[in-house]
Amino acid sequence: MSIDFVHFTPGWALAGGLLIGLAAAVLILFNGRVCGISGIVGGLLKPKRDDSAWRLAFLVGMMGAPLLFRYLDRLPILDVQAGWSTILIAGFLVGIGTRYAGGCTSGHGVCGLARGSLRSLLATLTFMTVGILMAILHAHWLTT
Amino acid sequence: MAILSALIAGFIFGSGLLFSGMANPAKVLNFLDLTGHWDPSLAFVMIGAISISAVAFLIAMRRRRSLLALPIQLPIGKNITLRLMMGSAVFGIGWGLAGFCPGPALVAMGAGYAKAWGFGIAMLFGMAAFEWLEKINVQS
Repeated sequence: MSIDFVHFTPGWALAGGLLIGLAAAVLILFNGRVCGISGIVGGLLKPKRDDSAWRLAFLVGMMGAPLLFRYLDRLPILDVQAGWSTILIAGFLVGIGTRYAGGCTSGHGVCGLARGSLRSLLATLTFMTVGILMAILHAHWLTT
Repeated sequence: MAILSALIAGFIFGSGLLFSGMANPAKVLNFLDLTGHWDPSLAFVMIGAISISAVAFLIAMRRRRSLLALPIQLPIGKNITLRLMMGSAVFGIGWGLAGFCPGPALVAMGAGYAKAWGFGIAMLFGMAAFEWLEKINVQS
């Protein structure tokens, strides 16, 4: 292992992280809801009464953020290296896996850890460990 | 008001993902791939995000109603279940393959990346498969 100092951006990472935490704070303190993206999206597939509008509003705001960045000419390049077949398989696995787990990086990794939830700690350790193994395997042994 | 605050929260969240670099799958994979040129940035994203939200949840856990008088809905499950662990493992496989988790994928969709749309639509199919399997499970 060697640290990649060229791409290491601790300042921006911390600033962006603080914004993510702020968003989670707004959602729990104003809407009373946990800021878990897989749950917010998944809840739309099994709609309950008066429960879809805030989800859609959150997603519109989220997907609208890059539009403002583009307008300000500050949209960073997002480098999607995986091939199409990998993308589609990965998307399906992320969809079904996060719903069974009841959360993803935001719901378990940020909000769950912030609440001190043991379930979320174990979920986060699991998807981090498997994610690390899979990324290493995919980068060095598999080619797609 | 609830719609507006959700919209603002979503916008702040999306901006945070873009500023932090977490919306860039290549950067995520450089974090997960410990054997390569390791980029530890995403650990700082987690530290920043958890520090702020921990304060918010500390306040939220003492209240029954939000500032907009909506019920505060926190997860109540305590059990460590097979579905929690298996679901997290399956999610980890997908995350490590593509470098996308749900939030960044949605932001990249907003930025107009075709592969992000492919990922997002496949993700919806995965979520729909979960709902379908749950329905079969209830019926049997």
